[in-house]
Amino acid sequence: MFKTKREPLFHLVKRIDVSKKYAWAVRIGAFLLSILVCAAISSLLTDKSIGFFFKYLFNGTFGTKRTIWNLFHETAILLLVSIAVTPCFKMKFWNIGGEGQILMGALGCSVALVFMGGKSSDGATIVVSLILAFVFGIAWAVIPAFFKARWNTNETLLTLMMNYIAVCLVNYFIKSVASSSTGTLTFKDGLVEPIGGNQFILFIIVSVVLTVLMWVYLKYSKHGYELTVVGESENTSRYVGINNKLVIIRTLILCGALCGLIGFLLVSGVNHSLGDATVEGRGFTGLLISWLAHFNPLAMGLTSFLFVFIDNGASQVSNYARLGASYPKVMTGIFFLFIIATEFFINYKIVFKKMKLKEISSNGDKDIDKEVKEPQENDIDIPKDDNNAQEGITEMIIKEKI
Amino acid sequence: MFTVILTQAIRFGLVFLYGSTGEIIIEKSGHLNLGIPGIMCLGAVGGCIGANLAVGSGSTFLIILTGILFSMLFAGFGGALYGVFTISLRCNQNVTGLTITTFGAGVLGFWGSKMGRLNTTFYEASKSFTAPMFGDNVGSDWFSSIFLSHGPLVYLGIAIAIIVAIILKKTRTGLSLNAVGENPAVADASGINVNKYKYLACILGSAISGIGGAFYILDCTRGSLEYVIEAMGWLSVALVIFSLWKPSISILGSFIFGVLYILPHYIAGVSFADKELLKIIPYLVTALVLIIISFFKKRETQPPSSLGLSYFREDR
Repeated sequence: MFKTKREPLFHLVKRIDVSKKYAWAVRIGAFLLSILVCAAISSLLTDKSIGFFFKYLFNGTFGTKRTIWNLFHETAILLLVSIAVTPCFKMKFWNIGGEGQILMGALGCSVALVFMGGKSSDGATIVVSLILAFVFGIAWAVIPAFFKARWNTNETLLTLMMNYIAVCLVNYFIKSVASSSTGTLTFKDGLVEPIGGNQFILFIIVSVVLTVLMWVYLKYSKHGYELTVVGESENTSRYVGINNKLVIIRTLILCGALCGLIGFLLVSGVNHSLGDATVEGRGFTGLLISWLAHFNPLAMGLTSFLFVFIDNGASQVSNYARLGASYPKVMTGIFFLFIIATEFFINYKIVFKKMKLKEISSNGDKDIDKEVKEPQENDIDIPKDDNNAQEGITEMIIKEKI
Repeated sequence: MFTVILTQAIRFGLVFLYGSTGEIIIEKSGHLNLGIPGIMCLGAVGGCIGANLAVGSGSTFLIILTGILFSMLFAGFGGALYGVFTISLRCNQNVTGLTITTFGAGVLGFWGSKMGRLNTTFYEASKSFTAPMFGDNVGSDWFSSIFLSHGPLVYLGIAIAIIVAIILKKTRTGLSLNAVGENPAVADASGINVNKYKYLACILGSAISGIGGAFYILDCTRGSLEYVIEAMGWLSVALVIFSLWKPSISILGSFIFGVLYILPHYIAGVSFADKELLKIIPYLVTALVLIIISFFKKRETQPPSSLGLSYFREDR
């Protein structure tokens, strides 16, 4: 009846104090490893060498002045998208509708451009298109927020559906304005002029400014505090007198407005056209980046940069080795899988069977060395709330050893 | 004309049915797998490779068998990858799922363009899949052409959906799976091996979804590589909600989705713009279903309670 169960080979323990150094070391290691794996896979699938892969990876990113500008420009767009969705995630509101919200912003902007471009002054057109972009973007974000706040509707699935409704609406608009078009509308009048003749600078400036503002908003404002509490525990926030529904809707208005702005900038400032692929999946990518960077703006910037680096570099590799347009997608997929896996190694610790207490205290030098390496010279505090006895004792022993 | 639409609707609907049956199994275990579109792409790659391996033998049965096996293998690999990340490594499900979608769609595109350069085609293999299961001479009345003129995978898909519905509703395994999705801690306490169930659900569900991808290339498009499987995968995820996490309803739902999917190609006298508007309907209806079920809060129609949450036994 009773099976004698052997103790499993290893078990997992949640890390209580994760030193920043260790976390970054793991992330950077994962990035380098992912590049190596990408290179290895590329050279296996093609007859090109690993050197070829690296040559064009850097050629496509740091090769010419233009590719460098493009690298930073794309990074700025992606950073802005991840900044836009960050407050939602901090509130644990799974808004995967960034894509649709940006697209609706782009649609709002295009509506103004179609009906006013060339007929009114450029200034008036820009103002109206910006306002419409805001309205459309906010509408697409507030609908799921309202239902979530009022009836607790599953926001992940609802925002997902609304992405595709947005795509269909954009296609409907394009076909009804120009029935013979191939699926994209191009605009000539009423667009935002490039600053100083450089079409890349606008996004970079906007992105940096808004990133700083968002950081201040989340860290120092009352709103930012409230939405963090709602994200941590809805009951707690209700207890301390925060109006949960208001916070959810307010945060999503902010998110929708930012997404609308991105849509406006993409249509009016960068692409000068509208199509159902205007956003190029950045809504989803931005979401991944925001979550993987733990809502830390600096980390978001770095992750966006690394993503764009691989994406742009891989397209160059694919151009020269004729690997097709989907090749960068495979590479960025591998990159993301590696970065996602780091979350585990940062948050959990694998404790092997042989590392039991007795052995550690007597002759476990080897094992302890491995343990000590991770937090390095940083002080290890003995955890105050000792919710895992073994964990606590282990830490204490390590402390003694040091 | 009417019969043609209904026949084609069943055929295209089956892609959604495969996708949603797989996704229902996964969601019942508490995992919202947004990687299904990518996994269906992987299944398509596997199915084509497998079917082409056996095409030399000339045996219809062998071609179909290897096609299904390989698509399940490839898709199951995607599911296992998702499982390792979300079950063992406890990474965020949405993030992992979206990454798998990017990856899978990328693999299909990458592999497809390679096949294009090598001039490899799948028309020959697809003949085995499109050949009517009950022979060519079942009659030409409307009933036979709507229900009896399909390839074997259509009936296989419906059979799988019915079997899954019965397993989920009537067997101990199904109830345990439900328990894992509703509250893994309680399931664990009552002696159910939570991780085993989660892994099996992820791998098996993904494998079933993967057949949908292979079915689309080898049956619906008659062997020409098309890159709309990702969009169809999202519709499959929508169908899961539409059918309230019940495979029995999704058989009917897949037919409705199939009609809506192909209708714009068949109706004449409608402008391009209105055709685009027609495409909204599946998403719009799904969104409405999602909102309406949240009004009533009936236990039977809600998503699994722990959908989207990782389970760590030592958490309190």
